[in-house]
Amino acid sequence: MKYSIQIVGVGGQGVLLASMVLGNAAMEAGYDVAMSEVHGMAQRGGSVLCTLRFGDNVISPLESVGGADLLMGFEPAETCRNVGLCNKDSQIIMNLDPVLPSMVAAGFETYPEVDGLVASIKKLTPNLRTIDATELAKQAGKAVAANAVMIGAVAAVKGFPLSKDLLRKTLADNVPPKFLDLNLKAFDLGYETMSKD
Amino acid sequence: MADLLTDSGKALLLGNEAITRGLIESGVRFASTYPGTPSSEVGNILEKISDKAGIYFEFSINEKVAMEVSAAAAVSGIRSFVFMKHVGLNAAADPMMTLPYSGVRGGMVIMTADDPSAHSSQNEQDNRYYAPLSLMPMVEPSTPAEAKEMVQAAYEISEALSMPVLFRTTTRVNHARGIVSFHGCKDTPQKGHFDKDDARFVCVPANARKNRLVLLEKNAKAKEMSENSPLNYVTGKKDSDIGIITSGVGFTYVSEFIEDAAVLKLGFTYPLPEKKILEFLKGKKRIIVVEELEPFLEDNLYSIMGKNNVYVPVIGKRDGTLPRQWEFAPETMSKLKDYVKVKDFPAPLPPVDVQLPARPPTLCAGCPHRGSFAAMKKAAGNRNVVYASDIGCYTLGSMPPFRMADFVLCMGGGAGVAGGFDASTDQKPVAFLGDSTFFHSGIPPLISAKFNNHKITMVILDNRITAMTGQQPNPGTGRDFGGIKTESVDIEGIVKGIGVDFCAVVNPFNVTETAKTMKQALDVDGVSVIISRAPCQIDAKKRKLPAKPPMQVDRNKCIKCYTCVKTVACPALIKKADGFIETDLSQCAGCGMCASVCPKDAIKEVSQ
Repeated sequence: MKYSIQIVGVGGQGVLLASMVLGNAAMEAGYDVAMSEVHGMAQRGGSVLCTLRFGDNVISPLESVGGADLLMGFEPAETCRNVGLCNKDSQIIMNLDPVLPSMVAAGFETYPEVDGLVASIKKLTPNLRTIDATELAKQAGKAVAANAVMIGAVAAVKGFPLSKDLLRKTLADNVPPKFLDLNLKAFDLGYETMSKD
Repeated sequence: MADLLTDSGKALLLGNEAITRGLIESGVRFASTYPGTPSSEVGNILEKISDKAGIYFEFSINEKVAMEVSAAAAVSGIRSFVFMKHVGLNAAADPMMTLPYSGVRGGMVIMTADDPSAHSSQNEQDNRYYAPLSLMPMVEPSTPAEAKEMVQAAYEISEALSMPVLFRTTTRVNHARGIVSFHGCKDTPQKGHFDKDDARFVCVPANARKNRLVLLEKNAKAKEMSENSPLNYVTGKKDSDIGIITSGVGFTYVSEFIEDAAVLKLGFTYPLPEKKILEFLKGKKRIIVVEELEPFLEDNLYSIMGKNNVYVPVIGKRDGTLPRQWEFAPETMSKLKDYVKVKDFPAPLPPVDVQLPARPPTLCAGCPHRGSFAAMKKAAGNRNVVYASDIGCYTLGSMPPFRMADFVLCMGGGAGVAGGFDASTDQKPVAFLGDSTFFHSGIPPLISAKFNNHKITMVILDNRITAMTGQQPNPGTGRDFGGIKTESVDIEGIVKGIGVDFCAVVNPFNVTETAKTMKQALDVDGVSVIISRAPCQIDAKKRKLPAKPPMQVDRNKCIKCYTCVKTVACPALIKKADGFIETDLSQCAGCGMCASVCPKDAIKEVSQ
């Protein structure tokens, strides 16, 4: 068994923390783990991509273009930008809350309608699931817990090789105690939402 | 971050964390660096834990000094580690080239963190060539786990040969993450003593000539060690008549995505194990060389075959099959499918049919560099200015709306080229460089400009931190870690000591006032220096400096002229659907730059 997750978003959204939780859970489950992260200049408000691969005899820190089993999109435009990491069988989870690039915020460029972004991926694959992770995180207590919502959502993905309980426990081990309840509540909301329909 | 001070168990470590744990297990007692991606995390960790780990650690002012202090520790008998990014080794190459002539007494390892694809760099030079150039042995790990073990091996090689060893990594090793097991630590002496030996350590010509012979003997011994090293081994389908020779992260792609080939995995890559390679060639109908960047292994393979009168057809870069540019990825292996069995890669989905907004890296909200650029643009007006920029966050000044980086070479390079523009054109050169870059290598070109009467304006963007690489302290900050405290070094005092014709300190958050002073500096018929001083916003947050109240726009005064977004272009300024500008309170740092350029005084602090 080998499983590859590509996690995309914007610096500051908690992409690296999410990758650490998933990676540590895979290690706990007894799998080999290889990951690749973006550090340095690219982090200054730019797009962030983190690759996580686990399974038997996994050693390469990168996945082939098109080789992802799962694309976790923390931001709609970044999800669309990286759809080429997927193939026709890949699962895609997309957070619907946009983070505006600075040239958009300043009015020099425009950000496409989110509905249009969703439709553009649906034209390519039936495997897109959307989630309002930021809104669910607010329900749990704070918008910053959106990454915990996303991890909960992953636990509900069809055929995901790591158990919900293991992910939930690993999340609990990796967040500061004072944010434990917030993160677990956010995780549960993500899981429940993704388990419906 | 994982606890790197524990002696058992396993953890999911970043390559740079694994390397740091390798230092601790190897009993390294001295480490030095100048920060540079992809090596920086090693220093960030050591800044926090070096005293607990029993390691003296410093951020030196540049890579050359870092090399020199670590060299002194190693010739005094303790294990030292100096580390930097690939281009940093150019700055350190001067001491590095002579050090092998003298050799070391304690083990010394030099890490060069190369950056194929130039993710965070100005070039993608292949520093493996420094090994044959300096005759230093070289090792190349492929994964975080192997990197940790190879640190230990590198110290053993260094001490067996009494010479430094080059430890060559790439971004996909430093910034990869994998499972690493922890082991106990070697006990080594904490303090050294320098036993004088002029013939060895004073490389005047007579001694250098003799030391050259010693160096060549050590090089021959290193080759024997490489022949017998467990870091060079055969794996894969060993009886195949297709052979792959590979090193570094390339090995991971070969391991997972190529089937049915014998693989010679090289970890000790200089000197190369000639006999082992010849043995591997036996019975092969074809050899494929998988290595990123330059054909280093491949050219050496041709040389070994020529010397030994054997020939096996080689697939690699010289025949054009594999690219010399940019890092490899799993799909790069598909270029080899005519020669070996490569795993099938699923076809990627096509791009979406929606135009997506670009998201390039950008200066932060409230970054004082925005104010410096906006002010200089205003001060320069229609003057024909060439902006010589440098290496740091402010290289992002090349992006719109500023476009104020016309020529960028290397650390400290802007001030030097500014002098050259003055002497060779009628344009006005302005050099931008950060405080850390000024200390690193910006001072000599300023002295040279004064000496040669180059009429340049230097703008020192003094945010009191080495920001781009993760907020490391520099001499302007002063030091306060590892039990050592030092005072901040005075940039103004240095500049005035050089005797420049004009020097002023400005607050870039006040764009209008800064522009007036910059105009004065541009008008000086000589060398002028502006020290633009305000804190890095990320560092201010990390140090929990008292937050300023955020700004807000008064809709009754805003005339939608967009001067604020056009001049300082702060990401915290948002244009709403009705055309009014608003500030994003979650991002706004309260610096007031936007307020200082607003012609209608419409931007004020949020009332408390």
